[in-house]
Formats: sequence, structure tokens, C-alpha cells
Amino acid sequence: MNRRFRTVLACAGALALAVLLAAAFARTPGATQVYLELARPAGQAHMTPNLVSAINFDLRALDTLGEETIVAAAVVGTLSLLSLSPAERHRLNPDHRPVLPAVRAFGYLLLPVTVLLGIDVILHGHLTPGGGFQGGVVLATGWHLLYLAGDYPALARLRPIGWCEYAEAAGTGLYAATGLAGLVASGSFLTNFLPLGSWTALPSAGTVPLLSFFVGVEVAAGFVVLLARFLEQGLLPDKENA
Amino acid sequence: MTTVLSLLLLALVAVAGYAVVRTADPARQAPTLSVYSLVLTLLFVVLQAPDVALSELAVGSAIVPLLVLLTLRKVRGGKP
Repeated sequence: MNRRFRTVLACAGALALAVLLAAAFARTPGATQVYLELARPAGQAHMTPNLVSAINFDLRALDTLGEETIVAAAVVGTLSLLSLSPAERHRLNPDHRPVLPAVRAFGYLLLPVTVLLGIDVILHGHLTPGGGFQGGVVLATGWHLLYLAGDYPALARLRPIGWCEYAEAAGTGLYAATGLAGLVASGSFLTNFLPLGSWTALPSAGTVPLLSFFVGVEVAAGFVVLLARFLEQGLLPDKENA
Repeated sequence: MTTVLSLLLLALVAVAGYAVVRTADPARQAPTLSVYSLVLTLLFVVLQAPDVALSELAVGSAIVPLLVLLTLRKVRGGKP
């Protein structure tokens, strides 16, 4: 396969994709209207102003369970590949490199802001844009500003990996358990069976904030564990250099 | 105004995406990818998808480039 043939093939593929996308886009307004008209009253009936969360954690809560399981499986796979043996852990040598004072100050300044933002996004997932996944990744990223500020030992102290592993599993498990509770309470898996409360109140929308919270815990803990393994591997000196 | 802004950002996303593809060295590609994600985040905000913007900001511009850089450091034997 020479270069010319590959270019022609790629162009033909791109053209076909463009035609298909154009055909699909030409038909979308009708389709989105249908979904919007069906989803909006459903969200309003379950007191969930944030329609995206109403879909993620109520109408399509089963899909979210699948996605959450994918994240958990990916983290477990990374853990089994990258976990250090006790001998390797002994050789772990976090190097103390000088960090620019501005970077350090910026890291410490933004750390509380980012962590608070993450918690806020998780807890208000049913009311304002955001939810468990978004808040979880913000929380996990914010936590690692400690590393950016140049303090790996501080990060290692303030990052209870054991607890994060438990929290990740517990978040996934409790999501499924809430679904089973719905099955027992009202006859179908992941039904919104809790009291719905009043419109835009913090404790409202039944199981939506609960499921969002579990996803938030799972994602935040999962990403912390994931990044911890990558950081440890990165800080592990090579055998030849050791 | 919003149309102009989203068209401008779409063009920027295209330019930034091309820059990511054209960067050959993975160590340089990681920060380029980070910038690309920032532009994409702005586009999502303009398109009124703030929750997608938050995910893109955290995952695309922070976590993925960090994982790439850490992996490179590992496979290149401690050199960044």
C-alpha cells in the first residue's frame, strides 16, 4: 500500500463520513425535539431542574451504572498492572526539586478553591450544571495541586490510598444497592423511589442526588488511586541507576 | 455574537487539533493536548454545555497530559 493509495483511501473515507454526518445532522432537529419534549416533563415530575442529571441518574440511571462499572474496571486493571511490590516501594525515592515560589503559592491558593468547587458540583448535581462525574474529576485534580506545588510527601500523607480504594468500591456498590432498593420498594431496578421534595431545594429529586454522590465518590477516589499508581511508577528510580 | 464566538472557537479547535497531530514528540504533544482541551472547554461553555466543559477541563487538560508525561518519564528511564 503506497502513500498515494493511502491518501486516496483516507480521502474517500472522510468524504463518506462527511456525507453520513451531513445526512444525520439534517435530521437531528426533529429527533432532539422529541427527546426534549419527553425528557423535560419527566425531569420536572421528579423535581430535577438539571435535565442532564435527570437523564443520567433517573431516566437512564442504568446506563450510568454501566459507565461507572467501566471506570471501576479500568482503575482495577491499572492497579493490577502498575502496583509496586514491597521491595519496589522500599526504593521509592521522591526527589525534591526546587519549585518556583509562584507555582507553589498558586498551587496552595487554588487547592482549597478547587476541592470546594468539586464538592459543590457533586452536591448540587441535581440542581445546577454538573454532577457526580464532573465534581469527582475536579476533586481528584484539585487534590493533585499538592503535587504541583512541589510537595510529594504532603500529597502522600494527605492521600489515604487504602481508604480511596475502599471508597471507589463502596461508591460503585452503593449505586447498585440503591438500584436494588428501588427494585424492592417499587418493583423496578433504579426507580426513583425516595421522597421528591420541593423544586430546587437541596434535598430533593429523590435518588438523583444520592446516585450522583455515589458516582462522585467513586470517580474522585478512582482517579486519585489511578494517578497515585502512575506517580509512584514515575518516581521509581530505574534499576540501573539505583 | 454567540454565533461569531462559536465559529471563532470552532476554528481555534481545528487549529489546535492540527497542532496536536503535527507535534511529533510525545513530550511536547502533552502540553499541546492540554491547550487543545482548554480551547475545547471554551467551546463547550459557549455552546451552553457547562458540565461537559468541567469534565473536559479536568480530564482533557490536566489528567490525560499528566498521565502521558508520567508514562514517558517511566519508559524513558527517569528522563522527562
